[in-house]
Formats: sequence, structure tokens, C-alpha cells
Amino acid sequence: MSGENKIYLQDKSIVVPGDLIAEGNFQIPWSPYIIKQSNKYFASVVGILEIKEPVFEVIPLEGSHYYPRIGDTVIALVKDVEQYGWIVDIKAPYSAYLPAASLLGRPANVGEDLRRYIDVGDFVIAKLESFDRTSDPTLSVKGKGLGRVSTGTVIDVLPVKVPRIVGKGRSMMDTLSTETGCDLIVAQNGRVWANCPSIEKEKILITAIRTIEQESHTKGLTDRIKKLIKESLGDKSVTSSEAQTNT
Amino acid sequence: MLQVQKPKLILDDGRRLDGRRPDELRPMKMEIGVLKNADGSSLVEVGNTKIIAAVYGPREMHPRHLALPNRATLRVRYHMTPFSTDERKSPVPSRREIELSKVIREALESSVLVEQFPRSSIDVFMEVIQADAGTRLASLMAASLAIIDAGIPVRDAIAAVAVGKADGVVVLDLNEPEDMWGEADMPVAMMPSLGQITLIQLNGHMTPEEFKQGLDLAYKGINTIYSMEKEVLKSKFAEMREEGS
Repeated sequence: MSGENKIYLQDKSIVVPGDLIAEGNFQIPWSPYIIKQSNKYFASVVGILEIKEPVFEVIPLEGSHYYPRIGDTVIALVKDVEQYGWIVDIKAPYSAYLPAASLLGRPANVGEDLRRYIDVGDFVIAKLESFDRTSDPTLSVKGKGLGRVSTGTVIDVLPVKVPRIVGKGRSMMDTLSTETGCDLIVAQNGRVWANCPSIEKEKILITAIRTIEQESHTKGLTDRIKKLIKESLGDKSVTSSEAQTNT
Repeated sequence: MLQVQKPKLILDDGRRLDGRRPDELRPMKMEIGVLKNADGSSLVEVGNTKIIAAVYGPREMHPRHLALPNRATLRVRYHMTPFSTDERKSPVPSRREIELSKVIREALESSVLVEQFPRSSIDVFMEVIQADAGTRLASLMAASLAIIDAGIPVRDAIAAVAVGKADGVVVLDLNEPEDMWGEADMPVAMMPSLGQITLIQLNGHMTPEEFKQGLDLAYKGINTIYSMEKEVLKSKFAEMREEGS
């Protein structure tokens, strides 16, 4: 019945919607980026095909929205303060809710002003606690490293590029933080928190992240990013020493 | 230009008014990512017809009570700019524009995987900058490209072309005089990889044979357009890859 399994495209090739990837019967996990029609597999987004015999997957290259998943670390932007919690934006098609009890460790008192703890416009690092198709996601700030962002900067990136910014086994993230000396948290919903030793280094970090976003589908990116950061850091020290000798 | 009398649509050498053969397409141009604010956008030119499309979403549905529990709502607006036609068109959405918005929405709904984003909305805007026959199909293609540019999963890209009858000859990709004076006009939109038709309309008279002949002609045109669309979608990343590796 299943016949022969055949993959038509090469590993790392770019696919667009309607591209026939394979024919047959593959044991692949469900993915929104692959469509099966009878025994044919088509791509449904612009992405890169990754083949790990005997299965394959499509890594999307476009997409400015985050689809919530339980357990993800997200950086949320507070939109509204309510009686017993906060409404926050996590760049998803649904707005999320952060109950006050999760921050306070006790139920909020009636009439208590929650703006004292977190106000509109604040960023919060949180975990996604619950979500299903019928109800909006709920967040929690119980845990190490979670809570209101009080220092550093939050950088917006495309959610589909997050895996590339983290890198294989966190390789890209480690490169970014060791080379620039910044502390980093990469949230799954496409926001990066960075705490840098200086403004210059922060600017270099942002340039590096933008480069990763633009060239996410190319090979040997980590090495190029390393070079880019080293060069910009070098330039900075050269110009600053020149400036010193000039004065 | 408004002509009061019907011109000869097929010239003596068998060519059409704009010099094309009956089975020839108009020159086309497509581009994606033309707008910065939108999640996805595109610009499509078919001959003198020029359409810009923008897609926002999937995002929260407002007003809330209109959200559907099992799928995303597509909200589609097809609009002609006042300067798109010879005579100023009132910017108020006309009956025709409202109908075309609906027709395009239904064609898009069969291609977009709306079940993946329940309770949300996907907003699609199309603006006709210059109208010269075939705006509904150019808009549909622009919308499809913009949706793909936004990273929203779809079954397939939509490619579309009109066929018609002018002076008794079945012709591909009608131009303005053929649209106005011809005997029939049949827009066809497809998802070519799946071999499915998402939109077909027929205005005028055609014999069953002419209909079949027209459909075959449309298939051919659609395949050409489809490979162009794929190239446009890929080119953005192909360029980068070359300089990167």
C-alpha cells in the first residue's frame, strides 16, 4: 500500500508553498509547514528543507508571529492592568494573561493597585503555563530568572529566527555573549533581553542579531558573526585610540 | 480611452490589438516584501494592471464576538484607488468592489490553512493602483503572495489568468478592449501543484468546445505564471545564499 518512499528534494534546499517534497508514507511528526495530500508531501511555507533520513522537516524562513507553546520562556510587554492581573502582549495571535498571584505568591487583595508592581509598558520575563485552542495563554513568573525586567534592553526579532539566534546547542548564543560580554536571554516569542557592559557593545550586539536575522538561511553563520563582532570591536578600539592620540 | 464603437479585436494577421498572439500572456512583474509595516506584502503587475497587497496577522480578532472558535477569519478588502481608472472612481467601496472582495476571500479561504489559528483574524488589503482588465485575478495573486510573505501556511500559491473570446477566437489573458467588447470572459484561478481550481467565473457565451479549449489555454498560462511566482518567492533567499556560501 505504502509503496516506495521517495524524497525529491535535496537537504537544505529552499522550498516554497506547493513544492512537492516527497511521496510515500513517512513517519513524520505533525507539522504546520508540511501538507499531506493522499501520499504526497507538500511544503506550506517558504522555508528550508532539512532531511534527517528517514524523516524530514521544513524550517520556516518567514513569519512575524509566535505560536504559543506550553513551557516556553517568553518576554511579554504589559498592555493593561486589571483587577487581579496583567494583560500582556507576547507577539502571538492571542494576548496573554499574567495573574497577580503568580508574582505576589498570594492572592491580590481587593482594591490593591497592581501598578505598584508592574505597570503598562514594562517587560516581563515569564513562562507560558497554559494554552489551548479554546482559551488565551496564561503566564507565570514563578521560577529563577523570571519577573519584571528592570535593567538592560529588549530587542525585537522575528520569532521564526529564534532557533538561529540560539544556534545548535546554544552555539550562536554563546558566541554572542562571550564576544560582546553581554548577558543574554533569548525568549521563544522573538524578543531578546540583553544586559551589556557598554552602549558600544550593545550596538554591536544589535548589528550582529540583525545580521543573523537577514542571513539565517546561510551556512557558516556563527563564524561570520564571530568575525563581524571581532572586527567591530577592533574598529572601536582603533578609533578610540586614534581619537585619544589626536587630542 | 473611451471608444464608442467596437474596434476590430483580432487584426488581419491573427494578432491582437496589443500585438500578442491569441495564446500569449501580457508581460508580468511580481515583487514581495514591498511594505515595511505589514506582516506580508506584494506588488503584482499584469500588463498595465498594477496591484499592491498587504497582509496583517494572524492577530487578535476585534470585535471579539466575531471570532470563530475553530478557525481564523479572513477579512478581505479589494479596493480601487480613485486614480486607477480613466474617469475618477469614487473612493467609496462600490457594489462591484464588495462583491469582488467576497469572491477573492472565498478563493483565498480554500488555500490558507485557517484552521491553524482559531479565534484570530487575518486581514488582507488589496489596492488597485492602475486598472486595465484582470484586476480580480491580479489582486488574488497579490494577496496569495502577500500571505506567503507573511509566513502564513497555505496549501499552495494561487496562480490565475483569464481566458475569453474575442471576435470568435479564444484568447488568453484579456486586455481592456477585449474585456469590454469580447463575447466571453472567464477568469480561472488555481492551486497548480494540487491541480485544484479555487475560482472560476464565466461571463458571456461560449460553446462547450470553446470552454474546454479556453480551460486548456488557462492551464498553460497558469503554469507559466506559477513558476514565475515560485521564482519570486525563492529569489529573496537564493541571492543571499550565493553571497553567503
